[in-house]
Amino acid sequence: MSTRNACAVFAILFSANAAFAASAHPAPRLGTPMTAEDATKWDLSIFPDGRGLPPGKGVAKDGKVIFDTQCASCHGDGGRGATAEELVSIEPQSLKEEAASKAIGPYWPYATTVFDFIRRSMPAGAPGSLSADELYAVTAYLLAANKVIGDTDEMNAKSLPAVKMPNRDGFEWVGVKK
Amino acid sequence: MTTELTSDDLQPVAGGGLLHRRLFLKSGLVLATAGAAGHAAAEPPAKLSEDLASPSWMHAPGAPFTPYGKPSKHEARVMRSIGANKDLPTNGVSWTPLEELEGIITPSGLHFERHHNGVPEIDPAQHRLVIHGLVKQPLMFTVNSLLRYPMQSHLIFIECGGNSNAGWHEEPIQRPLGGFHGLVSCSEWTGVPLAILFDQAGIDPKATWVIAEGADGAVMNVSLPLKKLMDDAIVALYQNGERIRPENGYPLRLVIPGFEGVTNVKWLRRLQLTTEPVMARNETAKYTELLPSGKARQFTFEIEAKSLITSPSAGQKMFGPNIYEIKGLAWTGRGKVAKVEVSADGGQSWAEAALQEPVLSRCFTRFRMPWNWDGKPTVLKSRATDETGYVQPEREMLVKERGRNGYFHYNAILSWGIDEDGAISHVYA
Ligand code: HEC
Repeated sequence: MSTRNACAVFAILFSANAAFAASAHPAPRLGTPMTAEDATKWDLSIFPDGRGLPPGKGVAKDGKVIFDTQCASCHGDGGRGATAEELVSIEPQSLKEEAASKAIGPYWPYATTVFDFIRRSMPAGAPGSLSADELYAVTAYLLAANKVIGDTDEMNAKSLPAVKMPNRDGFEWVGVKK
Repeated sequence: MTTELTSDDLQPVAGGGLLHRRLFLKSGLVLATAGAAGHAAAEPPAKLSEDLASPSWMHAPGAPFTPYGKPSKHEARVMRSIGANKDLPTNGVSWTPLEELEGIITPSGLHFERHHNGVPEIDPAQHRLVIHGLVKQPLMFTVNSLLRYPMQSHLIFIECGGNSNAGWHEEPIQRPLGGFHGLVSCSEWTGVPLAILFDQAGIDPKATWVIAEGADGAVMNVSLPLKKLMDDAIVALYQNGERIRPENGYPLRLVIPGFEGVTNVKWLRRLQLTTEPVMARNETAKYTELLPSGKARQFTFEIEAKSLITSPSAGQKMFGPNIYEIKGLAWTGRGKVAKVEVSADGGQSWAEAALQEPVLSRCFTRFRMPWNWDGKPTVLKSRATDETGYVQPEREMLVKERGRNGYFHYNAILSWGIDEDGAISHVYA
């Protein structure tokens, strides 16, 4: 079945379901309508294609300063792991090895996820405190340290989603069809 | 009237002295000699200061009323055990002490926790749920407005995808059951069917995924198939009859029957309908299972059938040869538990345990099995089969299929070794 057909089938199922839900449970309508613009203020999603990335830019050199002062205390020197996860792994290795590293370089499928996760969750003591430029810089530092990008490559809303992570195609979906 | 055990009753139905589960149905049958192999028994007998026939509490007024009840001080040891990050104590887990509990409901204060950055203190008057993305009309809901919607309850287990991960270790971990398998709990969750809210926002037919996000200090987010959310997900406001505890998502939690814990987003603030997953850290770097092939399983939402014997269990002690009740819990994210088999001879022979009613879909099922232990060393196991026919695998099989670096979704058969002194330990057998 083509994706388009699958979507069409879903759409029918959904509307049938929704209709059932609505008729089985007459409900008040208490949601306040928002404009698409209002909703954007809430929207923190960053997709693999770069949708949601803010304007800004950064390079590894500046990212290293941020990392050393704000991240290394938990993630170790050079991101090699301490009380918090190892973020950097440069030893040549295969994910087939028994204790293969799942650090950013060998395991993560999308570079946008690095930026997104740091923006929403890190540094753990003050999540959301880094500026867009600082986020691009520290992301560049982690990608460069993992040898995924060059040491002087600039990360911005265009270049970051264009980074092809080594393990991009390493995932098989189990619970849902691609 | 009690019924005496006859020698017929004591005829084993499988090796190691397993008795027929129907023994439970014998009217008034007392398995009193069984006594739980628990903590209390391991302690020396208390010095008795009371006249047991006429204790002091029968001769004085008791304590006054309390606005909110607490467990007896004599049960103070029944607590969640906590495992947190040294430099970030807001990151970690607390385990439900499964070996201390009976029945199928986990008390709310003992429900397991997994926080990525602590429990936010949310003022419900200043919390909102936003539904946006591929909808005709983005909507914002207050908590009070959601309380006015029609509601539905799901009596279900929630299990962390990382539960039991010590099972992948080379050597069997020695901890009380809960401290190893206790990232699973069972509650009645009540709230608003998501289908109603999505319907009111008007789903764009192109939408197939939903990104759910929490309002905690990790702003935890995951992507979920819209179809499943339309089927049976709720925006829960209540847990076991009262408003959800802060550590379980107050004021709003997304509850998705049968799906791994991380998808049941706590402190829910935002639902975004889209055409694709957002590839969040907690569905790529984490909550994926790397296989020996070098490929990783992703979006392993459904919890597969699992069972464990809660008593006797590791760290407890047997009281010598006698009749015992082997009891435990079984569950599956795919529907109902169809049967649980128990072995008292290390898996050479199996007999079906009694499933206590109610047996509900995606809920804990309590199983029980009478057992006449002869005092000899042996190995106990339980094995669940769900209504789809899926059978809980032996550890060896699971490890062969998944390797040992997958970390998540460990559901192998659990084995308890009992030695000649009646000490119980976790074994791979
Ligand atoms: C106080 C300790 C602490 C500090 C400081 C800290 N982190 Fe973290 N970090 C953690 C912990 C703990 C986790 C695991 C979070 C979880 O389990 O959800 C984590 C997870 C991460 C991850 C995901 C790792 C993985 O493999 O999934 C990244 C990336 C990350 N941190 C980057 C950073 C960056 C960049 C900084 C500095 C701006 C930073 N962290 C500062 C403790 C810290």
